[in-house]
Amino acid sequence: MTVLGGRPTGLTSLHLDDELDLRARLVVVGNGMAGARLVEEVLERGGAEQFRITVLGDEPHGNYNRIMLSPVLAGESHEDDIVLNSHDWYADNGVLLRAGVRATRIDTAAKQVHADDGSVVPYDHLVLATGSYSFIPPMTGVRREDGALLPGVFGFRTIDETRALLEATGRCRRAVVMGGGLLGLEAARALQGHGLQVELVHAMPYLMNAQLDAEAGAILKKSVESLGIGVHLDVLATEVLGTEHVEGVVLKDGRRLDCDLLVVAAGVRPHTDVAVLSGLEVERGIVVDDQLRTDDPDVYAIGECAQHRGSVYGLVQPAWEHARVLADVLTGADPDAEYHGSRTATKLKVAGVDVATMGVNTPERDDDEFLVISEPKRGVHLSVVIRDDVLVGATLLGDTRKVAYLTQAFDRGAPLPEERIRLLVDLSDGAEEVGVAEMPADSQVCNCNGVSKGDICGAVAGGCGSVGAVMDATRAGKGCGSCKSLVKQIVEWAADGELTEDPAASYYVPGIPLAKPELVAAIRERDLRSVSAVFAALAPGGQDDAKSKMGLTSLLKMVWGVDFVPEKDGEFINDRVHANIQRDGTFSVVPQMKGGVTTPAQLRRIAEVAEKYEVPMVKVTGGQRIDLLGVRKEDLPAVWDDLGMPSGYAYGKSFRTVKTCVGSDFCRFGLGDSTQLGIDLETRFQGIESPAKMKLAVVGCPRNCAEAYVKDVGVVAVGNGKWEVYVGGAAGATVRKGDLLATVDSPQEVLRLTGRFLQYYRENANWLERTYDFVPRVGLERIRSVLLEDSEGIVAQLDANMQKSVDAYTDPWGQDGKEPATPGQFRTSLPLVALPKVPVR
Amino acid sequence: MSTATQLEHVAEAARPTTPGTDRGTPATGVAVPGQAAPVRGEAHAVGRVDEVPPGEGRAFVAGGVQVAVFRLRDGSLHATQAACPHAGGPLADGQTDVDVLVCPLHLFAYRWRDGASTSGAAPIRVYPVHESGGEIVVEV
Ligand SMILES: Cc1cc2nc3c(=O)[nH]c(=O)nc-3n(C[C@H](O)[C@H](O)[C@H](O)COP(=O)(O)OP(=O)(O)OC[C@H]3O[C@@H](n4cnc5c(N)ncnc54)[C@H](O)[C@@H]3O)c2cc1C
Ligand code: HEM
Ligand code: SF4
Ligand code: FES
Repeated sequence: MTVLGGRPTGLTSLHLDDELDLRARLVVVGNGMAGARLVEEVLERGGAEQFRITVLGDEPHGNYNRIMLSPVLAGESHEDDIVLNSHDWYADNGVLLRAGVRATRIDTAAKQVHADDGSVVPYDHLVLATGSYSFIPPMTGVRREDGALLPGVFGFRTIDETRALLEATGRCRRAVVMGGGLLGLEAARALQGHGLQVELVHAMPYLMNAQLDAEAGAILKKSVESLGIGVHLDVLATEVLGTEHVEGVVLKDGRRLDCDLLVVAAGVRPHTDVAVLSGLEVERGIVVDDQLRTDDPDVYAIGECAQHRGSVYGLVQPAWEHARVLADVLTGADPDAEYHGSRTATKLKVAGVDVATMGVNTPERDDDEFLVISEPKRGVHLSVVIRDDVLVGATLLGDTRKVAYLTQAFDRGAPLPEERIRLLVDLSDGAEEVGVAEMPADSQVCNCNGVSKGDICGAVAGGCGSVGAVMDATRAGKGCGSCKSLVKQIVEWAADGELTEDPAASYYVPGIPLAKPELVAAIRERDLRSVSAVFAALAPGGQDDAKSKMGLTSLLKMVWGVDFVPEKDGEFINDRVHANIQRDGTFSVVPQMKGGVTTPAQLRRIAEVAEKYEVPMVKVTGGQRIDLLGVRKEDLPAVWDDLGMPSGYAYGKSFRTVKTCVGSDFCRFGLGDSTQLGIDLETRFQGIESPAKMKLAVVGCPRNCAEAYVKDVGVVAVGNGKWEVYVGGAAGATVRKGDLLATVDSPQEVLRLTGRFLQYYRENANWLERTYDFVPRVGLERIRSVLLEDSEGIVAQLDANMQKSVDAYTDPWGQDGKEPATPGQFRTSLPLVALPKVPVR
Repeated sequence: MSTATQLEHVAEAARPTTPGTDRGTPATGVAVPGQAAPVRGEAHAVGRVDEVPPGEGRAFVAGGVQVAVFRLRDGSLHATQAACPHAGGPLADGQTDVDVLVCPLHLFAYRWRDGASTSGAAPIRVYPVHESGGEIVVEV
């Protein structure tokens, strides 16, 4: 067996002769998360001078992150990545780790620990950090005569159990998981991800009963079942079938579930046997006082094995608090340090669902306030319990955006908003949690342009009377735009009611006083096919406006398709030269690479071009293609010509890329051909202009390797030929998980629905409004009813309009590369500056 | 360029000096942020008006100074320093309307009238420019 975090054999550590060492002997029993953390905390406080530290650990491994066993079981993390303190770490820090040695008894009178290898370890201070073990409820047949578990039955607590489970997933087909708490759910999801058919048996009436209330539990059940996991509630398993190997379980109601793998995750019990044998006071755990001391003054207990003021914790955060307090006490850093219990707030991802809980989950007193928001359809259930104006509990399921704010209120007893609903919902969605009044003046608001709250207030004081004017003056909100709503709030606060209503706020572009629907109607009605025609007909005084041009060009292209009359001055420089301008005036060139799939021949060509034109940097983009950065403007046509590949549109307010994962063709988890679907999507929608960027992804299973959940449109294969289509996701400065629009039965359906959604967005979104703002603004229900039920009777028109745009596509590189669209289209704009000025890598 | 013959009537105008697009032309003009040097009052013919498409800008060199020349859709000509005072952005690649020029890099806007920034940044230098027999004449 490999030892996790082990050292190469033959290495030994030097130790001082015991007789000469005057340091006190600190012995720690248990090499888990609490024990190792204590050692770290002691060392941090200079404890190496005071103590000779010995750690006895039952497990042969170094200390690893037990929490991460779930992702290891799911195949998402590798076991090597979860090592926290390797054997080397102990040696390097002068700590003697005796891994694989189990303490059996303590002689508190002689101050010695007896171990199962026959050794005796003397101590001056002893810390028990023995953690817990999986509780195996009494069931007929679960153990063999020798007391060992029946083959095929596993607990889920250690790396060895996890390895054995992983190994069993290769052989087994059907699994039963006992226990519907955190561990059971994680195990069930992981096994299901390995392709096993999974049934979950839970003795309580709803899932995660320790953290959730019945209603939230019921919503979680639906989410779990939608993953394809069978859930059996309120029933005990009484018997395990099979003689050589598990064959099934019998439930109390007589039902029988066949399985060849049984995972028992029915709770844990503190490891207290050593303490009991040694005469220490033990109730549910080893009883300790506020200094983590047992009833023997030189013996302490921390972590899950300890019971403090009646509480035994099953989470790491309290264990770490124990370690900190005890290290203060032992090293004398703070001899009076005390531990007063933990207010546990947990944030977990269970079976793909976000869960956060803190404090109580239901009202306990008559005058407790209780607020619940329940949206079973979306799998969201939020509740808070308030007592005497203080938050005493919160449960968030399916949507944990407010967790940071609630945790603060819970931990500090911070004052709560009058309108309690604001605890759970951002009434102005996306707004900053901290009130703008309390924000320090130097806190940065616009990260793109480095604008602080103070700058914004300064602009208001300097006479800017509207949000637009402030944004113009400071450029706040003019980068990625994600701070706009905060900017607005600050301006409103700073102007204190003095604000002029910004009439332009509803205009599609600032220079034409019309909202989008009226603007489009006027364009059609008056047959305006160019940007200059729109200004002449619709702008006040017929005046053109530089900041409106790009938006109008995009809109006209969408409305007119091939009949649009292009004007180069209506385009932003990126669109004029089909490349992305860089800080020194050079450009970046991203060839199309559909679905992120390339070929050796393409790579060779890209490499040759990069060398020939001395491209300063070649970089893989976030959109799964290759970027040639720092190309001189005048070299662009030649670069395209030599590449011989179409434009990837990495510069436009347009359809960008479709990221894909390798899907069912290669991936052992793949449930659908995500790569091909991604290529098909990109082929269909390439280059289509839109109010803002459209970034897509397709993944072959819910592991989501290409991040489809956070794309403008994200497609996820869920098996049986089905695909989920998510819309409105984002992973830029704003992070938002997309909303499930629909689950469809074929790639053709995905293409059709994607086209409909994109067209609906193109026709209705504001200029520069990304889908992550558009979808919540319009509302998922409305979008569903329009696109899926055709409630407005426009679906056929949407399809036709999209088809028109698809037909109008031409590769701009091929076009302008041969013959410039305007004189000097690719001439340098800084004739006396030697470019590139960007660094060459 | 074979346009010198058309220039007799602008006696003071020097020969066009806009270089090609070769690499490594020595940088003598504004390469770095900041406002360009004051106008000295030398006129230079830098190129033909139709080299600048309507509504767009193109860069030229006039007597060792790089300038961006714009021809608006109303036919008016404007000339500014070529590099943006904010961070050296290529102003000739910017977008225009009757009032302002918008730099492509960080979207600062500058008024044609006096070069002042509407966003509170440093101003740009604007140069007198006029058309003469189809030639663009810039005074630097
Ligand atoms: C799969 C999984 C997921 C989890 N997820 C979360 C989570 O998301 N969030 C969270 O807060 N918590 C989570 N936990 C709980 C968390 O891991 C524990 O709270 C934490 O590990 C407790 O630390 P500990 O040191 O008290 O116990 P342990 O980490 O269990 O360490 C005890 C060690 O002592 C050893 N030992 C026991 N008896 C002896 C003896 N007599 N002699 C020598 N050595 C002995 C054991 O072998 C073990 O190595 C999870 C646990 C598991 C199993
Ligand atoms: C001027 C500044 C920026 C430039 C030049 C730039 C350029 C790019 C380019 C070229 C790509 C690759 C796109 C592709 O392959 O199609 C990209 C991807 C990306 N950019 Fe930017 N970007 C800028 C600012 C930002 C900002 C401000 C954000 C966040 C707020 C952002 C977030 C992203 C993300 C998340 C991706 C990955 C896209 C994906 O996964 O599909 N970028 N960017
Ligand atoms: S998302 Fe794609 S690559 Fe990732 S595990 Fe699923 S099928 Fe495999
Ligand atoms: S370089 Fe022109 S605005 Fe920044």
